[in-house]
Formats: sequence, C-alpha cells, structure tokens
Amino acid sequence: MDNPGSYRELLPQLFRQEYAKMTAVLCRHFGLAHMEIAEDLASDAFLKASEHWAIHGVPENPVAWLYTTARNKAKDLFKRDAVFETKIKGMQESAGAEPQAEFEFTQQAISDSQLAMIFAVCDPVNAKDAQICLALQVLCGFRVEEIAGAFLTKPETIKKRLQRARTNLRNTRFNIKPLHEADVKSRLETVLKTLYLLFNEGYFSGTTDRQIRKDLCSEAMRLTFFLTECPLTDLPQTNALLALMCYQSSRLEARTAGKGTPILFDDQDRGRWDHALIQRGNHYLINATNGREVSKYHLEAGIAYWHTASTDKSKWERILQLYNELILMEYSPITALNRTFAFAKVYGHKHALPEAEKLNLPDNTYYHQLLGYLHADTDVPRAIGHYQLAMRLTKSNMEKQLLKSKIAKLTV
Amino acid sequence: MPIVMEINIKIDNMKEFALIFRLNDVADFRPTPEQMEERMNWLASIAAQNRLVDKGNTLLPTAGSAKTVRPDNSVTDGPYTEIKEFISGYIVVRAGTIQEAVDMAKRNPIFEIGGSIEVREVLKRD
Repeated sequence: MDNPGSYRELLPQLFRQEYAKMTAVLCRHFGLAHMEIAEDLASDAFLKASEHWAIHGVPENPVAWLYTTARNKAKDLFKRDAVFETKIKGMQESAGAEPQAEFEFTQQAISDSQLAMIFAVCDPVNAKDAQICLALQVLCGFRVEEIAGAFLTKPETIKKRLQRARTNLRNTRFNIKPLHEADVKSRLETVLKTLYLLFNEGYFSGTTDRQIRKDLCSEAMRLTFFLTECPLTDLPQTNALLALMCYQSSRLEARTAGKGTPILFDDQDRGRWDHALIQRGNHYLINATNGREVSKYHLEAGIAYWHTASTDKSKWERILQLYNELILMEYSPITALNRTFAFAKVYGHKHALPEAEKLNLPDNTYYHQLLGYLHADTDVPRAIGHYQLAMRLTKSNMEKQLLKSKIAKLTV
Repeated sequence: MPIVMEINIKIDNMKEFALIFRLNDVADFRPTPEQMEERMNWLASIAAQNRLVDKGNTLLPTAGSAKTVRPDNSVTDGPYTEIKEFISGYIVVRAGTIQEAVDMAKRNPIFEIGGSIEVREVLKRD
C-alpha cells in the first residue's frame, strides 16, 4: 500500500483530470437544470477520497474508486428522490430522471457526455462569451482566474457572467437532449472557440506544471478529434482547428527545458519535435481545405504549418501574409504583435520599429519584449529599458528569468 | 491588466473616416503580386493598430461592371466620361482626428502609381 501521505499530491491532479468528466456524465442523468447537483456529487466524491485515503492510503485504482463513489452517491440520491416523489408528493413517476439508470463512466460515455454538454451549454440563451465561460468552467474544470486570464478580464466580471449564465440556463429548464442538425451547426462555432481556448490555456499558460499543460492540450485534442469523427461536425473549420492543435503539440516537448524554462522557437531542437504529430497535422489541414471557407483556424494552422515545415527564409513571407489575413479577420493584441514580429523577419528591424510603435500597447509585456528585441542591435539602452518594463508587466516567473538573461547579454 | 477594456475606452472617443481610392489608369487596376503584397501590408498595419472599421471593397471599373446613370435615363459605360480619375475602392478607418486618418493614408502605395486618396469623415445615419 502507498504511503498515506501521497494522496495529498495525487488528489489535486486527479481533481483536475476527472472532476469535469465526472460532472459531465452526471449532468447527463440529472439534466443541466440541476447542474449544481452533479457538481455537488462530484465534489462529495473527492471529499470522501481525501478523508478515506488519508487513513487507508491510496487505493490501487484511484480513478475507478472515485467513479464508484460518485456512482453510489448518485444512486443514493435517486433513491431518496424517488421516496420523496412517491411518498411525500404522491406522484406517480419521478420527473425526468430514471432511477434505475446505470452510471457508465467508460471512455466513450465520458467523451459523449462531455461533447453533449458542451453543445448544451453553448445555448444561444446566453451571449457567446458567457457560453464559452460556462463551458470552460463546467466542462474543462477551469478556475475563475483562468477564465479571466483567457478573456483578459477581471475575475469579478467573469464570476458575474457565470452566475447570470447559470440562472439563464436554469430558467429555460432545458435538458441535454439530441440536438437538431441546425442547432449543432449554429452552435459549432462557439464549441470550437471553447476547445481552442482550452488548448491555448494548456499551451501558453504560465503554470510551471508540465503535466497539467499536457493534460489540457490532449483533452482539447481528444474532444476536437471526436468532432471530426461525427459527420455533422466534421467541417473544414473543425479539421483546421485539429490541424493547428497537432502542429502546436508537436513542439510541446521541445518548448521547455528540464525545469520548465521556455526555449524560444529559434533555439529549439528540431529533432525533439514530434514528427508523427506533424504528419497528423498535415492530414487534417488537407481535410480542412475541402470547401471554400477560410476560418481563423485555417490561417493559424497555416502559420503553424510554415513554422514546422520549413527552415527556408521565404517562410517568413508566407507567415506574414497569413498574419495579415488573420488581423483583418479579427483584431487581437497578440495577433498584432506576432504580425509585427513576422514583418521584422521579412523587412528588417529598422522598418518594423515604426510598425511596432504604432501598436501602442503600453500595458502589454509582449509589446515591450518586441520593442526590446527590435532595438537590441541598434540602441542597447532603449532595448534594456523595454525589457525592464516587460519584466515589470509579466506575471510569469519563467518569463522574468528569460528577460533577465536577455538584459544580462546586452549589458556585457 | 484588462487590455481589451482599455482599448474599448479609447475607441469610444474616435471618429470614423472613409478612405476613397482613386486611380488614373484602368491598366493600373490589376495590381502586380508585389503591389498586392504592399497593399495587404498597409491594410494589415492599420488593422494591427485596431483602427480598421471596415476593410471595404474593390469597385470594378471595367466594361460590363461599371455604368453611370444620368438624368433622362441616359446610361453610359464606365464611371469616367468627363473626369479621367475613377474610384477603385474604399475602406473605413477609426482615428482621433482627420490628421491621423490622413497620416494613415499617406503610407499607402497607391501614390507610387499616381493614384490619390480622399479622406472623408463618416456621419452615421441613425
């Protein structure tokens, strides 16, 4: 048996991995109107684990233990509800839910439930941003701070948005039911955006825990993959998103050194890129071109493709073209900064400097990192000034270290 | 840092301006790949400052795609019977002052081929 203390490390990790899945499966049985019940049951299972494992040690199969506990708690609740419904209220049938229903926590059931839930949560009764917030919280197990990070907003704003969205869903008293083709199609855009944000949180998040990051990325990929398996959602933009995820993941290992220190693109060891994933990316990118539509994901996948495909200098021209199209489709500070970096690669630092300054994002650490980079060859004091500002603005310790070493190199 | 919110606040104080492109020669209307690239870079540079309201459209000047209707239902081919210049397209940008919009226009590669840009403040219909 394990050392009883080891559950302290294991439990948070399991919570992160399994809580959302468990909630999704339970929600399918209770209906989304009772989302809180599903969440309470899942939380109870983890609470019981922390008590039980502290005394008895971690069981052989901790995941199965958690699911069994959740299942039993759900059954108890159903029994109690059934008694309540028949004896006290004198009703013939208990409303909606089936007391005999078995809770299958199989891989298939989990994926089905999670996808069904995402589509259900992305209900147009809520604004798009609110749909995405809710999906990230309920299905992907995001904390409020993480959602706020993804939306570049304050946690309080997100908290209010989530409360409103939950109330709206409850008021429409809807259940997870098979959606009509038209509903699936109209909701797909929001669903893809949710999966995109989930992947990005894994890929770019400030957390040093490599395992967490990999989990988030593979979770997003798994769900997107299921969408490509279903004829209704196997659309060009779905394939483009999956291609993007494959290309990005192929570099996941090469992006960090032993202690999680980030390695910048130019310094990465191409040998450590996962070539099987690049191949899969190519496969989905080809699938994505079946049709006339060019989505944001097509352009981002195109950019990622050129990053992985070629060492040739002309690749930067292609990348700049794609960033030009991307920024015309949708403004975001990060796209604007990346575009200017590509511009510098094609036209040189001198021409890129006025372009960079015009972006005018004085509160953005990457804005100052870019200006520092562009000044580094010609105006060292200015470059250092910008790197120092960038250090002050970043919350990530890894980035602080990286910037420190850049300043040190310039001062030699 | 709530970056998105701050940008929105700035945007609220801005006006919109239409940039209307004019060319002298229909032959210049079909740009070379290099010219296309320069135009695209110019347009994307405005978008990267979050100043692009509408990426606009190209207006075809060619026979069959352009007619001018005058009083008495007289219809002529092309947009350009009396004046040589013709409008080739437009975009809408966001700027604090007309001078800022003019500065954006100045960097457009259209001047290399003798074209011109008219800058006009947009008054929105309610």
